[in-house]
Amino acid sequence: MLRLEKRPSPSKGWIAATPVLAVVLTMIAGGLMFAVLGKNPFEAIRIIFWDPLFHESFAAYSRPQLLVKAGPLILIAIGLSLGFRAGVWNIGAEGQYIMGAIAGASFGLAFYPSESPLIFPGMIIAGAFGGWAWSMIPAILKTRFRTNEILVSLLLVYVAEKILASAAVGFLRNPEGSGFPGSRNLSRIESMNNPELIPGTGMHWGVVLAFIAVIAAYVLLNKHLLGYQIKLAGQAPRAARFAGVNPNRLIVLCLGVSGALAGLAGLFEVSGPAGQISIDFNVGYGFTAIIVAFLGRLHPIGILLAGLLMALTYIGGELAQLMLQIPAPAIQAFQGMLLFFLLAVDVLSSFRIRFKKERVA
Amino acid sequence: MGIDPVTLIVALITVSTPVLLAAIGELVVEKTGVLNLGVEGMMVTGAVMGFVVAVNTGSPTLGFLAGMASGVALSLIFGVLTQVLLSNQVATGLALTLFGLGLSALLGVGYPGSTPPAVSDPFPAAMAEIPVVGPILFGHSMITYVSVLLVAAVWYVLGYTKTGLIIRAVGENHDAAHALGYKVIRIRLMAIMFGGACAGLGGAFLSIVRVQNWVDGMTAGAGWIALALVVFASWKPWRALLGAYLFGGVTALQLRLQAAGINIPVEILAMSPYLITIVVLVIMSSDRSRAALNAPAALGKVFHATG
Amino acid sequence: MTGTPLLSINNVTKAYPGVVANSDVSFQIQPGEIHALLGENGAGKSTLVKMIYGLVRPDSGSMTFLGAPFAPPEPRVARSTGVAMVFQHFSLFEALNVAENIALGMENPPPQRDLAMRIREVSEAYGLPLDPDRLVGDLSAGERQRVEIIRCLLQDPKLLIMDEPTSVLTPQEVEILFHTLRKLAAEGTSILYISHKLEEIRTLCDEATILRLGKVVGKCTPRDTSASEMAELMVGKSLATPARDNADLGEVILKVSGLSVEPSNPFGTPLRHIGIELCAGEVLGIGGVAGNGQDELLAALSGEVTTAPGTVTLNKVPIGDKGPNDRRDMGILCAPEERLGHAAAPDMSLVENALLTARQRKGLAKRGFVNWGATRGYAEAVIADFDVRTPGPDNAARSLSGGNLQKFVIGREILQDPQILVVNQPTWGVDASAAADIRQAILNLAQKGAGVIVISQDLDELLEISDNFAALNEGRLSNVRATRDLTMETIGLMLGGAHDMHDLDEEAIHAEA
Repeated sequence: MLRLEKRPSPSKGWIAATPVLAVVLTMIAGGLMFAVLGKNPFEAIRIIFWDPLFHESFAAYSRPQLLVKAGPLILIAIGLSLGFRAGVWNIGAEGQYIMGAIAGASFGLAFYPSESPLIFPGMIIAGAFGGWAWSMIPAILKTRFRTNEILVSLLLVYVAEKILASAAVGFLRNPEGSGFPGSRNLSRIESMNNPELIPGTGMHWGVVLAFIAVIAAYVLLNKHLLGYQIKLAGQAPRAARFAGVNPNRLIVLCLGVSGALAGLAGLFEVSGPAGQISIDFNVGYGFTAIIVAFLGRLHPIGILLAGLLMALTYIGGELAQLMLQIPAPAIQAFQGMLLFFLLAVDVLSSFRIRFKKERVA
Repeated sequence: MGIDPVTLIVALITVSTPVLLAAIGELVVEKTGVLNLGVEGMMVTGAVMGFVVAVNTGSPTLGFLAGMASGVALSLIFGVLTQVLLSNQVATGLALTLFGLGLSALLGVGYPGSTPPAVSDPFPAAMAEIPVVGPILFGHSMITYVSVLLVAAVWYVLGYTKTGLIIRAVGENHDAAHALGYKVIRIRLMAIMFGGACAGLGGAFLSIVRVQNWVDGMTAGAGWIALALVVFASWKPWRALLGAYLFGGVTALQLRLQAAGINIPVEILAMSPYLITIVVLVIMSSDRSRAALNAPAALGKVFHATG
Repeated sequence: MTGTPLLSINNVTKAYPGVVANSDVSFQIQPGEIHALLGENGAGKSTLVKMIYGLVRPDSGSMTFLGAPFAPPEPRVARSTGVAMVFQHFSLFEALNVAENIALGMENPPPQRDLAMRIREVSEAYGLPLDPDRLVGDLSAGERQRVEIIRCLLQDPKLLIMDEPTSVLTPQEVEILFHTLRKLAAEGTSILYISHKLEEIRTLCDEATILRLGKVVGKCTPRDTSASEMAELMVGKSLATPARDNADLGEVILKVSGLSVEPSNPFGTPLRHIGIELCAGEVLGIGGVAGNGQDELLAALSGEVTTAPGTVTLNKVPIGDKGPNDRRDMGILCAPEERLGHAAAPDMSLVENALLTARQRKGLAKRGFVNWGATRGYAEAVIADFDVRTPGPDNAARSLSGGNLQKFVIGREILQDPQILVVNQPTWGVDASAAADIRQAILNLAQKGAGVIVISQDLDELLEISDNFAALNEGRLSNVRATRDLTMETIGLMLGGAHDMHDLDEEAIHAEA
């Protein structure tokens, strides 16, 4: 019989080891999945994890993609991690991402064809605002009406997708686009684009902001009173109120920050790698960022590494699609498995496993 | 305007069936104190498995069973992680949804466009043709009747049997239930599997009967709506039925309004079910009275038996 | 009384990682006997009793029941053998009614209507009336205990175990409970009565087994033994009674008037027109059984619940509308009852927990940035000054024993030099020597001119350390009386007496007393 015994203090060693263990277990389980699909598991794992970085032919193409994909994931996940630590569950980051993109693009396109250097900064502010405003809906509903933010933020994702569809075929449609849905291509417009700052690295403003966010979150959580209060509110809400933490203020702050960051990620994406507002420019970063946040154990440095790892699985997945004809959704299943394994092995950081025999009195 | 109320009502009952099944399953799960956010993942996996098996075997019944089985299998992952390994319920439920969405897309490759076997209705066509009452009461598919019977069964068991009392007790105070000798983990695991079976069945109904096709992510948030419905229902089975039909009504109505060419943009109509669900959630949660107390006190809390 | 004992415990031992809960314990209970199991917190009484009830298996040793081997693998088996238990912490479901709660504790409960009738009959017969349809959440602590007792009695037990039953009862309710227990014993049911309250045991029990640190250190007949003899056996040494030099009181520094608060949760207690005047150097004891508004009162004083500004004034400055941090700045500090989860965050280290309340008065954060060095220094000071046993300040709060954590919590507040300190249940579940240390620290604080309010269920404690006493009953505060003028009976009346309990035979009770 398995028995779980609570450790007196959470084990620091296991806290660091569990993500690694989870990745290893996922590789094994994923390998099995690929084998069932009729592909060579070792080859598949190698293509996903090794080739994008080190393959002689196409690593040069795929390495820059790493930062392109990791940037938004990290940016969103940092925002989410603050909320998760405080017990505020923003599940609708995907919706805030979309709304940030729409807000930013609308701002920029409203001034088209102006060449003012203020447009891009303005778009950034608009993007942050769009995401923030969208996250304020669940925030206000939770603080004023005690409505569960999980369901509200999630349902708003579907609403945001409908607004996106409306934008792509309606109010943001390119008048010179021969009737096809989709806005102008923002990445081709000088005043509005989000270019690759250092050629060959994939680094654009969004990536820069992601790194800044990691550092800021680290400082906040470890050195600042607010970071302490966030951790306290999530671990012991009654003690937090005893310490004078205002729970509503915290809810609004956490949702607001994660909404703004998600909105920024959306704006940088739509003015850079994705290029235009189209019905399906959003690829689920808002949801994958949740996995990144947990994989990184809600720790800024962990999120940085987890974001890079997740980006690797995206790129590797695309490669595997190309080379081995592994269907695209396999990667999503793979990523879901990663989170499962992480949650499963996480028990070891707080509990010891004991095997006990039945005793007779 | 051209919207026939009778066909609207018939349609809303059909539209509501998957959500109702998922909701009644989740209601039982939540009554034992567990919050399973993975309903969407279990529904969509049930939809694909049901569809695939039905198409390959030609038997819709096998399809429904396969849908239920896949729901149970997925819910068991959630159950073991949260009850035995004590993982965080919110994160695990989300992981289940993400995994389910990916897995279902994977399994469903190549199936969009296939035709599922037809499901015969239990009541003879003559009864279904009685004006007004006929289609509404007798014109439905088997699973729809099952869903209503299930609501009745859950209501009876929860309120009037010892099993129901134990379920309520576990959800109210799992430590006290454990102290009294009840096997909390076992009871919760069984409830979780029941919820998985219901969600899987709802998904299978969606793909085999209602839409008669498989499309990636075809549940389109129905699992989340089901979760909201449980809150709306204040964890009371008949209210869940009411809520499901209201939601189905809004969905069916907005589809008809779209088709009728009414002067509201399509996207706004498409948004309406989700917006209305949000409004309903707000109304329910702002109600401070005793009715709101129906929430099981131990909902979402981790149970660790000591000693 | 000779003959087959009802229950015989032979050389039972049980160990957990790091602690031996019971070591080679043996004793016997005869049919119809009221047997006390006496010991301090942590002596091993709960573990022993859990083994009798089937919740825990002994590592070695054996038990017999009416001569036959007895080793219940789970409570259900213990119940069917004839053992019933009323726990210290009730296993009740607040949102369910009395009948449903009782049904859940029974093996084969009869249908609801029959059960309701039986509940009414039995509860009336034993002087503990209950309405089967009431929600348990609406019942007082004493009434909830009745539910637990009736649940046991309906199974016709041969052995009834009661774990610290009187901690939630007023003195009058205690009398009635004892009368019920004597009636049961006269009918042949044995009672195993666990307690650390010596006078009660001397009044009620026939025999006593005394445990200390897991071992049996003595057996006696309580009626023939003095309380101090039993206390010495229990504790193992004579304790210094806390004392302080003078009891001169200064000006009124804290004034509470017309404090009325609705509870924040539906099963809480509303406060009604509470009025307090606290002087510098005074220790005010507020007694009362749990569930009469203690948590709510502390929350209103700490600032977690705010009221109109004038309801609470400190040195004539209105602070009723201020939150916890503002109140800390002004010098009023609190220590809540729930150590893990309220006074301290269980998974955070002692350093982080020091920051929880000491930030303002010890200047541990500048412009939002935390000075972790200073915080660590403060935590270490508290640990040293208050003899908190822990490997270091980086250990999580939950790794400390109850007594040590309580010393840390109280020390953390006292070392901040408060003007007013409010503590709720300062020594609940704390071992005797730590409890004595804490009480002395409270007296020392008052000595320096601070005003202290001690809210406690332990009337002996309040009589020992407080200058004045008031009783909190159903959210109302009685008049304040000087402690030295009080007797147990007066206190009992102040606490509100028994709630609708009737006596089987008034004269019989007075004749026995």
